[in-house]
Amino acid sequence: MFVHFFHELKKANVPVSLREYLMLLEAMDSDVIDRKVEDFYYLSRAALVKDERNLDKFDQVFGHVFKGLDLMNEGQTAEIPEEWLRKLTEKFLTEEEKAQIEALGGWEKIMETLKKRLEEQKERHEGGNKWIGTGGTSPFGAYGYNPEGVRIGQKEGRHGKAVKVWDKREYKNLDDSVELGTRNIKVALRRLRKFAREGAPTELDLDDTIRSTAHHGYLDIKMVPERRNKINLLVFFDIGGSMDSHIKLCEELFSAARTEFKNMEYFYFHNCLYEGVWKDNKRRHNEKMSTWDVLHKFPADYKVVFVGDASMSPYEITYAGGSVEHWNEEPGGLWMERVTQIYESCVWLNPIAEKHWEYTPSLQILKQIMGERMYPLTLEGLDKAMRELSR
Amino acid sequence: MKFEGTENYVATEDLRVAVNASITLQRPLLIKGEPGTGKTVLAEEVAKALNAELITWNIKSTTKAHQGLYEYDAVTRLRDSQLGDERVKDIRNYISKGKLWESFERDARPVLLIDEIDKADIEFPNDLLQELDRMEFYVYETNETIKARQRPIVIITSNNEKELPDAFLRRCFFHYIKFPDEDTMRAIIDVHFPGLKGKLVQDALNIFYEIREVPGLKKKPSTSELIDWLKLLLSEDISLEALREKDPSKLIPPLHGALLKNEQDVHLFERLAFLARRERN
Repeated sequence: MFVHFFHELKKANVPVSLREYLMLLEAMDSDVIDRKVEDFYYLSRAALVKDERNLDKFDQVFGHVFKGLDLMNEGQTAEIPEEWLRKLTEKFLTEEEKAQIEALGGWEKIMETLKKRLEEQKERHEGGNKWIGTGGTSPFGAYGYNPEGVRIGQKEGRHGKAVKVWDKREYKNLDDSVELGTRNIKVALRRLRKFAREGAPTELDLDDTIRSTAHHGYLDIKMVPERRNKINLLVFFDIGGSMDSHIKLCEELFSAARTEFKNMEYFYFHNCLYEGVWKDNKRRHNEKMSTWDVLHKFPADYKVVFVGDASMSPYEITYAGGSVEHWNEEPGGLWMERVTQIYESCVWLNPIAEKHWEYTPSLQILKQIMGERMYPLTLEGLDKAMRELSR
Repeated sequence: MKFEGTENYVATEDLRVAVNASITLQRPLLIKGEPGTGKTVLAEEVAKALNAELITWNIKSTTKAHQGLYEYDAVTRLRDSQLGDERVKDIRNYISKGKLWESFERDARPVLLIDEIDKADIEFPNDLLQELDRMEFYVYETNETIKARQRPIVIITSNNEKELPDAFLRRCFFHYIKFPDEDTMRAIIDVHFPGLKGKLVQDALNIFYEIREVPGLKKKPSTSELIDWLKLLLSEDISLEALREKDPSKLIPPLHGALLKNEQDVHLFERLAFLARRERN
């Protein structure tokens, strides 16, 4: 009956299974709902979608299948690169403006505005050397307003009617296929716990108690010590400069790791690891610790995590004296190699989206030094990184 | 058996459909949503509306799946065997029933609330698959199978701290309680404070949504906080004028402690309010 709908959902990467489809049919059969399309929408949503992240995708597919609307009209965005669009909406359209556009104007209007903005943007950036990837206003930023969302205005404008529930796409924000949202970061960080929780704590050793009781002839309770998390973690955070736009992400990662790992040590560095690291950013010039001391102090079974965007001039890695803030006797790359040689398990977590990595040479160099163990700071990336570390 | 919301609980259309589907098809209903949007209360209200008993199983980080079924107290039995207690011969004396077992035993269909399932270990939901699916389980100690007399209405809440396994999700209906819009919110307030002055509600709601829109808040106030705040406002008899106070020395709304639960948030809000006022002047 709704096989087409089901297949469209599959195609849109909503994880639906036959079981859920049958459940929906069963519900239809037992007259749970009245014969109203809204009710059918609610019912199928409850039966088929099991994660709020997929609600937005579901809404789109529903609108597409049951209204014959164009799903994602790629053609219209072809003239402007998507990052620009995303960046522009993020930067120039406030929530109110977005609402205004959705309420009043159509796509043409939006395009017009965007084009205007785009021109401004061009002018402003002609003087600069590189627009993409400069500090603080990264187009890879994690807080974009989905350009697909803007297109809702088109549907609405053309028909001039009230929007259907699914066309409102209220769950837009929860779609995480692009990057981590604040709430999803929390979920992702809990994955660190999974890895740290190896061996659940046991208090009473029942087997040994029974064995011992039988042996001695009196009740002899045996206890085993609680098994602790034995993982030692050494974290290096890149701080300042281009990392400023990722502060929130790093803050949360830091606090979660802090509570999760009893033996966690952290140090800060800037852009690339050199001969000195520090623990307090306010006193970074007075209280630097020699990197050699760090490497000598912590044994090789420590797991090492670097957090940084790895975006800098390649000279900062490959040449002595390449650092932007001091004269370094040895190139940063050498220091990175030393770390990877001493510590078997190390990973690099990068807040920049993976699809943009290839455009930054310094990132490629560091990735190579890390032995390809660089992961994006997303749900999936964090999971992979933790798996790599627990190997 | 149909759930239509109660006089104490405003259920949106989509929530009603989800609850009714899960009741009719006898499948568990998984509820997610921001903290304070009434996930746990839903189960209580469903029980009340259907005139059914509510059995609550609160999950903690140390909860194991079998604790919901039954627990076998081996140590007491060992001790009793030492003392020559007669009860020791029957293993049934040392099996204590869990919440799931309890709900299976009821003659009338109960509502079983499994609260905050994400608090438990990652494997927890998987361990309950069979039990929730077939509504039966096997007691190894006594070699018997416990089967539900009436399939209980199972409502599960999650705060999204951990991802739940797919196999588990496939067996449930799912509903995400989104944050109520202003109309729904008004209905909710009306349910809690019938006959509240319209203007006060309006002003309070304006302030409330304003606070929620402040960027960078660590914990946005939710429905339950709004209700608490209104309760405070009423008991302190705060006047309309106080709510509309534009005096720069009183930048944040009265009794803000009920809305902002975090020192940093209060500071942030003060700073922003200060900036806003300065721009206006």
